[in-house]
Amino acid sequence: MSQAWHEIVLEVLKANEIRLIPYVPDNVLKPLIAAIHADPFFTAFTTAREEEAVGIVAGGAMAGMRGMVLMQTSGFATLANVLASLPCAFQIPVLLMISERGTLGEFNLGQAAVWRTMRPTLEALAMPHQVITRLDECGFIADRVIRQALMTQQPAALVLSPLLTGAKASPVKAGS
Amino acid sequence: MATTAHNAKRLHRFDATKRLVARLQREEAVIGGIGHSNFDLWAAGHRPQNFYMLGSMGLAVPIALGVALAQPQRRVFALEGDGSLLMQLGCLATVATLRPANLAILVMDNGTYQITGGQATPAAGGADYVAIARGCGIAGAAWAADEADLERLIDNALATDGPHLIGLKLDDQGPAAQTERDPPQIRDRFMRGLGTKTSKLPG
Repeated sequence: MSQAWHEIVLEVLKANEIRLIPYVPDNVLKPLIAAIHADPFFTAFTTAREEEAVGIVAGGAMAGMRGMVLMQTSGFATLANVLASLPCAFQIPVLLMISERGTLGEFNLGQAAVWRTMRPTLEALAMPHQVITRLDECGFIADRVIRQALMTQQPAALVLSPLLTGAKASPVKAGS
Repeated sequence: MATTAHNAKRLHRFDATKRLVARLQREEAVIGGIGHSNFDLWAAGHRPQNFYMLGSMGLAVPIALGVALAQPQRRVFALEGDGSLLMQLGCLATVATLRPANLAILVMDNGTYQITGGQATPAAGGADYVAIARGCGIAGAAWAADEADLERLIDNALATDGPHLIGLKLDDQGPAAQTERDPPQIRDRFMRGLGTKTSKLPG
């Protein structure tokens, strides 16, 4: 039987010594968060804002402890200033994992609206990013994006598409 | 009687920063927050373990927390302005929950956004950062009564388990110099200072 996406991600994080995992929770990320908390390899905790988590991972990275921030799309939308002026400007490999909400059956108009800002923001920051849509590509993309970020001293984002995670659409029918 | 926000002496930021730096004997890391907080750290004399922020207002404490978690044997100080801390007050709750024994926070409280012209912060109604920190769970948070008390509190932060938070009431004296703004150089030197990067290039 093939591994679930979150099992693959967990293995990639461990293989690349990514230990420091501050996050703002998301329902789709729940199995990954649970597995990270269950494994003493990781130092994982919630933060009040995603900006705070970016600062923590930047500090950790400079001091020799690699990390990744977990968040959802709306959380990423709070980050343009700190990404531009901290990991981008200082060339620190801060890694982001973004659970993609707002597309492919989103029921919340606010999430759908903020989703439209994600790719333009990543592109405007010239920040390397890859969207993971397929289980058979998940390990390769996650591993290569992380390794490139570490080797080139650049921040990078991994976007987990609903095509990968099976994030549920609203059970409510349109117009009902 | 404990020092309160109202009876703390207003200190000069540059003098207070020099007093901190003079007491650092063991390669302690210092994260200087945006603007005048890191300008005066720079003016106090560059140390290899200093990091000077450029933007990312409010992240001095989170950056220091990341360093503290990564290197638990090293003492780490965050120098954060009051306006900056207001942008990221939630970080005090995170620090209180994680309880990093090696982290100390200095809140440089002049009540204003000095670098943009001295406008009053929204804490003008009387918000008390030490009380907020205690409310978050940083039990030992304290205002420095005067210069001697500041030195006592710094010595305490160097010698005992934290997390520590020291509030400094400041006067309106401007910074003594301006930090050189070259982020990759600052990061490179900081990492060499922390022992996380070695290079044959002269640094």
